[in-house]
Amino acid sequence: MKAFARLYEELDRTTSTNAKVAAMAAYFRSAPAGDAAWALFFLTQRKIKRLLPTRVLWELTLEMTGMPGWLLEHCYAAVGDGAELVALLVDRPVDRPPAEDLSLERWMEERVLPLKDMDLAAQARAMREYWSDLETLEILVLNKIITGEFRVGASATLAIRALAQVAGVPQPIMAHRVMGDWPPSAGFFQHLLAPEPEHRLDSHPYPFFLASPLEEDPASLGARAEWMAEWKWDGIRAQLVRRGGATYVWSRGEELVTERFPEVIAGATHLPEGTVLDGELLAFRDQVLPFAVLQKRIGRQKLTPSILADAPVAFMAYDVLEEGGEDLRERPLSERRARLEALLARAAAPALRASPVVEGSGWPDLARVREEARARNVEGLMLKRLSSPYRTGRRRGDWWKWKIAPYTIDAVLIYAHPGHGRRATLFTDYTFAVWDQGELVPVAKAYSGLSDAEIAELDAWVRRHTRERFGPTRAVEPVQVFELAFEGIAASTRHRGGVAVRFPRILRWRKDKPAAEADTLDSVKALLTARA
Amino acid sequence: MDDLVVSTPVGLFCPAGGFHIDPWGPAERAVVTHVHADHARPGSAAYLCTEASAPFLRRRMGEAAVVQGTAYGERVRLGGAVVSFHPAGHVLGSAQIRIEAAGQVWVISGDYKRAPDPTCPPFEPVRGDVFVTEATFALPIYRWPEPDAVAREVMAWWERNRQAHVASLLFCYAMGKAQRLLAELARLTDRPVLVHGAVAEVSELYRQQGVSMLATTRVAELPARRSYAGELVLAPLSAGGTPWVRRFGEREIALASGWMRVRGTRRRKGYDRGFVLSDHADWPALLRTIEETGAGRVLVTHGYTEELARFLREGGRDAGVLATHFEGEADV
Repeated sequence: MKAFARLYEELDRTTSTNAKVAAMAAYFRSAPAGDAAWALFFLTQRKIKRLLPTRVLWELTLEMTGMPGWLLEHCYAAVGDGAELVALLVDRPVDRPPAEDLSLERWMEERVLPLKDMDLAAQARAMREYWSDLETLEILVLNKIITGEFRVGASATLAIRALAQVAGVPQPIMAHRVMGDWPPSAGFFQHLLAPEPEHRLDSHPYPFFLASPLEEDPASLGARAEWMAEWKWDGIRAQLVRRGGATYVWSRGEELVTERFPEVIAGATHLPEGTVLDGELLAFRDQVLPFAVLQKRIGRQKLTPSILADAPVAFMAYDVLEEGGEDLRERPLSERRARLEALLARAAAPALRASPVVEGSGWPDLARVREEARARNVEGLMLKRLSSPYRTGRRRGDWWKWKIAPYTIDAVLIYAHPGHGRRATLFTDYTFAVWDQGELVPVAKAYSGLSDAEIAELDAWVRRHTRERFGPTRAVEPVQVFELAFEGIAASTRHRGGVAVRFPRILRWRKDKPAAEADTLDSVKALLTARA
Repeated sequence: MDDLVVSTPVGLFCPAGGFHIDPWGPAERAVVTHVHADHARPGSAAYLCTEASAPFLRRRMGEAAVVQGTAYGERVRLGGAVVSFHPAGHVLGSAQIRIEAAGQVWVISGDYKRAPDPTCPPFEPVRGDVFVTEATFALPIYRWPEPDAVAREVMAWWERNRQAHVASLLFCYAMGKAQRLLAELARLTDRPVLVHGAVAEVSELYRQQGVSMLATTRVAELPARRSYAGELVLAPLSAGGTPWVRRFGEREIALASGWMRVRGTRRRKGYDRGFVLSDHADWPALLRTIEETGAGRVLVTHGYTEELARFLREGGRDAGVLATHFEGEADV
């Protein structure tokens, strides 16, 4: 556990990609295979089922320390991380000698996973004992594992790069080997390090190719004829795998989501054996429905007939990665596209659709078409190079997302709340309001968009212009105006202002604008009717 | 009974004695707990402080300033009050201020700590009716490791960087923290340390008062274009991110501060390493100290004031907040 906690600390400490890869590679080389397997499991963002909710760890902490609940809340505001908060409160008194170190694998198998079959009282006893054996940092790591919140400051791609180095195989091959579901065992880890892959699991998806945002004029991409344009769908990116007579639907987070989408499974039975499609899950009835409809569907635990009827889903395919068991990723997009169309035409399943090619003879034409995006419930256009292979990860050059400009409003800062993680102890989470009949009504919360210097400045301002405190939250004098951007807007009965905005963020601090000139609720609601 | 000490726009004021304590604006007479810049400000007509603080204060305020030093424990009459200084263990010369007037005793803690520090006399609990305490780190998450364990961590970090041929740039308060580090490290090594001019100046005054520390060399005295690989450099926070640090080439940067107890704070500030070393009392030390003063009433100022006051009140103690213009959290 100590070695893994140290790895966690090193990854947390540095922002250098090379240093992170080096730290992970060193760990993979030196750790026993069983430990390395578990480490890889966590580093590739896999999660064990939550064994205990953070709430229970907090209750246990209150019991152990005897502190009042409100004080724990204030501590949380200063720490910004539940697992760390507990670690800082229950860690070993300095005079107690550390217990003997146990390997990560033994921790997982002998201590962590067995928590699942214990009742609450036994879990609490076990946690107290575990905490008393560990150093602060190890407690933090353990807490994150147990609450199913383990995250580390390194992407899965970097872990794969490190492992590829250790195994001496190319990175895309390693990326493919670690996809899908696998047991974190010594045997599996040794198998990963083999020079030649031995077999492939039927369920195994391919690594996703990700588009980069296009910031320049599309004319900089060269001739229009070399590019294919499609709508940029606002849904859930997914891979549909049809092998061994079964269907697997993988989200981009490498989560198997098959059961959530029965209509897609039904459609996939019409696909030939050995087919893998890349595309987007969308709420769809004759046309694409707003993201909010899809959200309603994914939010439900149970798929009742009424929810299936209210929020029907289709798979909008835009690429074929495998056909007849053959890996097509090195073939040019033009060929894959033709095969995709033929494949879907033969399947003739309404829940499987080919993402239409958007016409437009030159870049200016295409720019005009792109203006229809909002009315079509899409985010803009995708531009894909017709001669390109299907690559791995976010590689610039062949796939571009050309999004439409977001909605913007000017709103007044009314509440500030301390941030989390790196931003704990600073007021970085803000609530913004607009005017409604002389009153300020909250419309959005935003956490990002300011520079570090602006955050520091605003933090100092908040502290000196607090009107009222609600626990760690501060109500501030309503004078600061910010321009906010957001991707979508929908009517909502759960929000006081009657609207809900999607992906709100701060565009700029409008120091030039007095609060009285901020937007009104009416002008915000006008955006609702502006869209189709 | 009237309060012996009240809050005014320029800081705490004792009406019976006609003096301010650590005023941030000009005052007739300033009684100074210690010489950190946020407590000892220029502009007052006369200053009263400890003997150990006096040389620092004279250097800071210039020769023209009226600075009177007094020994710990010595009783000085100011107006209708009797004032004395008692060790606070914060930095060299730091003191709590005991004020006796109209049959009451108030103790103003200033900044203080209870952890051992080889550079200054330890905190002495002073009994009184009212205790005015700081609350910079008044949350239960703030509990300090033993300073010698932290010193060994600093050594291990320096050693690792030496082997990797990179410089170790350690930021800390130039007054107090730097000298404490130099004194702690002197128990573990005799390797000299490089220092920023601000650290060197203060260290010189510490040495004149007999504090023994590692040998130091000013960075400014070294030839230009020298390699700093493997060196340990102590510098004030204000030097961070300035052209001054560029000369060190490949380097790791660290901060020694109580705030480093929380991971997010270190990450936000962009340090490679954080060493948990504070000159303030941690949560258990605050509670223990309040207990030891025997004060029936506690006033909390500077830092997590509301939290500490509420916690004390819920424990049945008469406690409140003494408002000041500045919020804490800037202290390191």
